[in-house]
Amino acid sequence: MDALEIARWQFGITTVYHFMMVPLTIGLGLVVAVIQTAWYRTGKPEYLRMTKFWGKLFLINFIMGVATGIVQEFQFGMAWSEYSRFVGDVFGAPLALEALLAFFVESTFLGLWIFGWKQLKPAIHLACLWVAVIGSALSAYFIIVANSWMQHPVGVEMINGRPVMTDAWAVFTNNTALVAVPHTLFGALAVAGGFLLGIAWYHLWRRRHDGVDTVGPDGRVIPGEDVRIPGRDRTDHSVWIRSLRIGAVVAMISFAGTAVTGDLQGKLMFQQQPMKMAAAEAACHDGTGFSVLSIGNVGSKNCDDVVAVIEVPGILSFLARGDFTTEVKGVNSLLPEYKANYGTSLPDNPIYGDRAGQEIQYVPVMEVTYWGFRMMIGFGGIAALAALVALWLTRKGTVPEARWLMRLAVFGILAPFGANAAGWIFTEMGRQPFVVAPNPDPSGIDQVFMFTAAAVSPGVSAGELITSLVALTAVYAVLLVVEVKLLVTYIRGGVVSAMPELGHSPVDENEDETPGPGGNGDTKPAEDVLAFAY
Amino acid sequence: MELLPTIWFIAIAVLWTGYLFLEGFDLGVGMLMKLFARNNTERRVLLNTIGPVWDGNEVWLLTAGGATFAAFPLWYASLFSALYLPLLVVLLALIFRAVAFEYRGKVDTDSWRNRWDWAIALGSFFAAFGVGAALALTTTGLPLNANGDRVGGPIAWFSGYALLGGLAVVGFSLLHALAFLALKTDGEVRHRARQWLVRLLPVLLLPIAAWALVIQFMDGKPWTWAAVVLAVGAAATAWLLARKGAEGRAFLALGAFLVLGTTSIFGAVFPVVLPSTLDSAFDLTISNASSSDYTLGLMSIVAAFGLPLVIAYQAWTYWVFRRRVSAASIPEAHSFLPAVAARAFTTKG
Repeated sequence: MDALEIARWQFGITTVYHFMMVPLTIGLGLVVAVIQTAWYRTGKPEYLRMTKFWGKLFLINFIMGVATGIVQEFQFGMAWSEYSRFVGDVFGAPLALEALLAFFVESTFLGLWIFGWKQLKPAIHLACLWVAVIGSALSAYFIIVANSWMQHPVGVEMINGRPVMTDAWAVFTNNTALVAVPHTLFGALAVAGGFLLGIAWYHLWRRRHDGVDTVGPDGRVIPGEDVRIPGRDRTDHSVWIRSLRIGAVVAMISFAGTAVTGDLQGKLMFQQQPMKMAAAEAACHDGTGFSVLSIGNVGSKNCDDVVAVIEVPGILSFLARGDFTTEVKGVNSLLPEYKANYGTSLPDNPIYGDRAGQEIQYVPVMEVTYWGFRMMIGFGGIAALAALVALWLTRKGTVPEARWLMRLAVFGILAPFGANAAGWIFTEMGRQPFVVAPNPDPSGIDQVFMFTAAAVSPGVSAGELITSLVALTAVYAVLLVVEVKLLVTYIRGGVVSAMPELGHSPVDENEDETPGPGGNGDTKPAEDVLAFAY
Repeated sequence: MELLPTIWFIAIAVLWTGYLFLEGFDLGVGMLMKLFARNNTERRVLLNTIGPVWDGNEVWLLTAGGATFAAFPLWYASLFSALYLPLLVVLLALIFRAVAFEYRGKVDTDSWRNRWDWAIALGSFFAAFGVGAALALTTTGLPLNANGDRVGGPIAWFSGYALLGGLAVVGFSLLHALAFLALKTDGEVRHRARQWLVRLLPVLLLPIAAWALVIQFMDGKPWTWAAVVLAVGAAATAWLLARKGAEGRAFLALGAFLVLGTTSIFGAVFPVVLPSTLDSAFDLTISNASSSDYTLGLMSIVAAFGLPLVIAYQAWTYWVFRRRVSAASIPEAHSFLPAVAARAFTTKG
């Protein structure tokens, strides 16, 4: 592997990893904010418990997103200095604005939320969480504006060989970003939905398994309680059944959302990056059919080995253009166009290092694009379908006793994560060999593009890159184990793990009456200073 | 003189100063977890002084980095790629430190806490040292060629200035942390922090003062020399105030020292943002490294509203959590019994 390949692996690994944590942060943050709002409005104890429990898991995960996010910003300059020099005028601004307008908001107000349970009035405490959640969504917007410019460069003029921003409005309302942002946010919500569903299922199953909850002759649940275990009361049953239903509904809505926005994205991509979409379909020849299954060597460069086994006529045209008849260009007819427009081999420029003069591979790795595209849709669809089934199975207030169903629900948590990762891997690898993709589409500027081969830092050695790749991967792997272990411990502990006060006095009856956290002056000063202490 | 690049040079100086001011004391508190705190309660006192604010403080670093990328992409690209390995160390340090803050109290065993305490202390040390080294090197120069790329291999960046800058930020952070603890805690920790502050101030400020002086001898202008003199005055004032027990004002005087010190350093090197030690023709300056006026203008407008807003709500956070933390206010560590384990336990009993 040369420096370029190592740098690409590093960017891929660190980004996919970072984007395990981020969707859960965005999705779960919104869900916790909604639940806390419900508690604020109704004062029901189950909503307080849900806020604390899901809030605790949210924080365990949040910090990993923060910690791995810094790597992302530094990496552009460290490993991709030529890229940074080329795009800095237009690409740097959304990154700077993300930090200034989103990260500050997110981190500061989340700090207020974590430590401010007692110091702040309930309404302000709740508002802090909402502000932090909005900050997360804003950060998604800014980073996707930056990414969308790489997919569809707009709002610039080429001056002295570099794109210079001339129209900020065009950059910040790039149509690629406007559909990618809701797609990503729905994708994040799908993760949160599956997370709630799986964990709540586990607890409902546990309660049945331990004989706490029983089922009456009509099949309806009879919630019970186990006085020996703090917090394992009837309210606990409400916590999990409500969490499960919220999770299932969120999962289904977000799948519908990703489908609608994904369709819009697909239609844009057929215009803006036709090669990526052709590669997503492993569509070698022009046509209208959507491949349900293609076999042969999907990855072969010349396309001749690919045979579509099952193909639905018309669907590809519908995905691309909204009708069933327009022929969509395949790889074989796009390839000569790309060669004519952007050259057949990399220019003889020192910037390309050893790769100068090499033939350019315009077709992305088709195993990745073809299967990435299908995994994204498949995992997303499976999760939504599972959510529908879960709602039906739990209509009488609890889950079936079967252990395998519980296991399925817990493993199902992974499906939306898989869909998110597959979608990003598809869209980023589908952009190759470009780091900034040229756009034949009239709304983009065609001659603004950059080959990935030119983007890597010329002064950085392969040895440095391999050092960081190994170090980051190793540290990330260790921290993933730690995070998952902590999450599992807190999940198995149930609500009491996030609310030790439940353990001090088995059931605090006042809880049912108090409409909000006690902001009054009669609490002990000790609690007053540190309600949620480290 | 170009107006917008100058404004953005100042803005980036402000962001770095803000970072060193705010994260300075929380990096210092992190290091003091192992150097100063004597038992778990004291460590928790330390942690909870910075608990609500450290993450917001760290965003100053991200913003300084992002603003450098946006306003001076060539500076960002050359500096970050030239300092590849030291910045990798900074990143790893920041990762461990952030995770440690959150995870330390999540399992109630001494070995778990001890491991994360080391992560906090070492993470804070290496982050402070690395950032200091990087800042010093951007003022004293790196071996860059005409394209702005480092020549001479992975450690060609190394020089005595890197050590000096590293020690400068470590020293200042420790000191500012002691002043912060004296201000934010009560009881034994407060008392001891004040003692340490008075005793260590003259020593711990030496490296940062040396860095400021080195820069003045290289590029000083009359007004930046004046800033150095004022900075020394602020340090002396901080020392006297700390002796007197005026904790709040001592903290602010140290802050004034930092602001004057960074002003003297950034002011002296202006308009060069990153000198090349190979040939001054390759120096990156505010003119040849900056973005277009259009981009800088857009960012200026956003920053003119955004930055005061950030300062306002961060200040509000410090107001909300203004009360002193003491050993008495630390609740007992709770080891929750997971429902499953608890059941096994109770059925046996």
